[in-house]
Amino acid sequence: MNIDLTEEQRQVRDLCREFADQELKPNARKWDETHHYPAEQVKKLAEMGLMSVAVPSEWGGGGMDSVSYALAMEEISRGCAGTGVIMSVNNSLYCDPVLKFGTDQQKAEWLKPFASGEKLGCFALTEPMSGSDAAEMRTLATKKDGGYVLSGAKNFITNGPQADAVLIFAMTDRPKGHKGITAFLVPATAKGFVRGKPDDKVGIRASGTCSLFFEDVFVPEKDRLGKEGEGFKVAMATLDGGRIGIAAQALGIARAAFEEARAYAKERKAFGQPIANFQAIQFMLADMATEIDAARLLIWRAAALKDQGVRFSSEAAMAKLYASEMAERVTSKAIQVHGGYGYTKDFDVERHWRDSRITEIYEGTSEIQRVVIAANLLKE
Amino acid sequence: MDFTLDDVQAAVQATARAYAREKLLPTAAARDRAERFAVEETRGLAALGLQAVAVPAELGGAGAGSVAYAVAIMELAAADCAVTVGTGVTNMVGEVIARYGTEEQRRRCCPRLASGEWLAGAFGLSEPQAGSDPAALRTRAELREGRWILNGEKQWITSGDVAGVTVVWARTDPGAGARGISAFLVEQGTPGFTVGKHEAKMGQRASSTVPLVFEDCAVPQSALLGTRGDGLKIALSALDGGRIGIGAQAVGVMTAALEASSRYARDRQAFGKPLAGHQAIQFMLADMQTERDAARLLVLRAAALKDAGRPYGREAAMAKLFASEAAQRAVLKAVQIHGGYGYTAEFPVERLLRDARVQTIYEGTSEVQRLVIARDLLKA
Repeated sequence: MNIDLTEEQRQVRDLCREFADQELKPNARKWDETHHYPAEQVKKLAEMGLMSVAVPSEWGGGGMDSVSYALAMEEISRGCAGTGVIMSVNNSLYCDPVLKFGTDQQKAEWLKPFASGEKLGCFALTEPMSGSDAAEMRTLATKKDGGYVLSGAKNFITNGPQADAVLIFAMTDRPKGHKGITAFLVPATAKGFVRGKPDDKVGIRASGTCSLFFEDVFVPEKDRLGKEGEGFKVAMATLDGGRIGIAAQALGIARAAFEEARAYAKERKAFGQPIANFQAIQFMLADMATEIDAARLLIWRAAALKDQGVRFSSEAAMAKLYASEMAERVTSKAIQVHGGYGYTKDFDVERHWRDSRITEIYEGTSEIQRVVIAANLLKE
Repeated sequence: MDFTLDDVQAAVQATARAYAREKLLPTAAARDRAERFAVEETRGLAALGLQAVAVPAELGGAGAGSVAYAVAIMELAAADCAVTVGTGVTNMVGEVIARYGTEEQRRRCCPRLASGEWLAGAFGLSEPQAGSDPAALRTRAELREGRWILNGEKQWITSGDVAGVTVVWARTDPGAGARGISAFLVEQGTPGFTVGKHEAKMGQRASSTVPLVFEDCAVPQSALLGTRGDGLKIALSALDGGRIGIGAQAVGVMTAALEASSRYARDRQAFGKPLAGHQAIQFMLADMQTERDAARLLVLRAAALKDAGRPYGREAAMAKLFASEAAQRAVLKAVQIHGGYGYTAEFPVERLLRDARVQTIYEGTSEVQRLVIARDLLKA
């Protein structure tokens, strides 16, 4: 039992905290209002090794562990949740699977420049009619001339508007359902690749989200990631790690809301004293802090298991389920503590609440997490 | 970052688990009905070192630390909370004497508590009119002719009738408020010390809960525990540790609830398939496990901090608050999953429901935990 961070982990956390305080927090409200993609800050994150925290340095990555990744995600998301998800998608959903399933040749082309932050990746699994149920996907990859021809549409793709490459999942053998899915790497320059217009979202508005269309896009065989029919396995293994990232994002959002609520409670007076003196407010803060700590421990446990190379699907699902639902409760309480001001854009808590809402939906809804957890526990 | 138990902790856990499943679980329901204190079983626990897990070995304890203590309590409570609460209080009393006692007090009490020669230790703080607010206690101790004369009443004293020694808090300097309280070690059979009628409790019925009466009860000056006037400080520090114990107990109840419910869900058929095949049931199980795991991590964190000699008051309060509240939700779900059978004594979950209920009350109500947490959060 060792709950202490290593020196390196502490340094990453402190570095990210400082960066968030200086570069993200002061701008996040403006970016949210204007749907601004923080290209400059993403570049700086890349210079700090944060666009691929857990990718080994030989492939251009940060060369750190998953606990460090969770710490970085918490701190960056505390500053700006939109920036957090930009980082998370490149880390967990793009670089991690290419590292895990790619050949050395593929890693040179499809990992190194993305890990270094020179380029940006995205992950295209979801479709208009297929979200939680990936086996229902309609995008087809038909074998042709030493490669595949992709046709179909992907939906809700984070980093879609900016991405230089797409890790895309398509059906190579539809009758086989999820066993007929295959993963491919497609450059944004490919002929027939078209981006939709950016989605107007409730929260995480500094990140770009759009639909992607594949109109007979040719993909050479060398750009298939993993074997034919292995796509579902690639996607699921990727999402396990991704859930740690999103859980940590939710944690960061909740912490921002908690810290602001605590500060406000000390300043704001009612009935002749700071509202922090009232048990009604104290108890909300106590519950917020307790749930934040519970979420962090669940996240660290999943990340530590990942670092140890132990199976962590159920633990990552618990972390993601708990942290995201916790964030929604905590940000909502933060608005309550702020009263009417919390409902305005003069304070950040309304944004935190909007930002938190998506963490219960993407990278596996709360319902999917419960399915994963229950399946594991009933197997025992 | 490593949440795995070390060899000693794992060995204590395995010992406690085996004993709990073989010796406590089969007889727990009968003991509950008969409100019978588990004399033989308690001696068995002592023989395994479980009555003084974190008490130093030179005083007869297991010297295994607080994490080991917490995992032992989790295992015992999964079988029988009533036995566990007695063991928990005995551990707490052993630890407080080991920490604050004179050499003579430590040598006299700790080995007897650890070995089972004394079936229990008791913690005499609460009074009929002073529960959450111990500074309001009225029991008095006056120094007369070189002896302390105790007068007053104590309420809700776990194991008060079977304890070889009871720590009794009394007011020694009536004008000094919270600083005028001192702690005394009062042994069973001391003239003027009598035990009242057993409380008829809804749960944890095999634990003994009694009022204590002190009528001109004279103890030697050497019975003073710690420094005169430090009583409240001693009580609060003991309760910090006690909260780890109750948090652990709540985790044990959640584990029992989860195991009983998943077993039942697999066996029981409805609408042509096992209950476990329905999402309504799966999701309850998933939430139970997620909260159980979060509670467990919070408890282990507090225990690890205690073992490291670092401050852990806030963390222990969070662990106790979260675990005991989560236990309420877990046992309600467990009964719900069992349907009508859950409402009968034929299944163990109705006992879990009753046993869990006190966990948000004793050793600091949820409200007191929130006060402790909020005070710490709002400091500075």
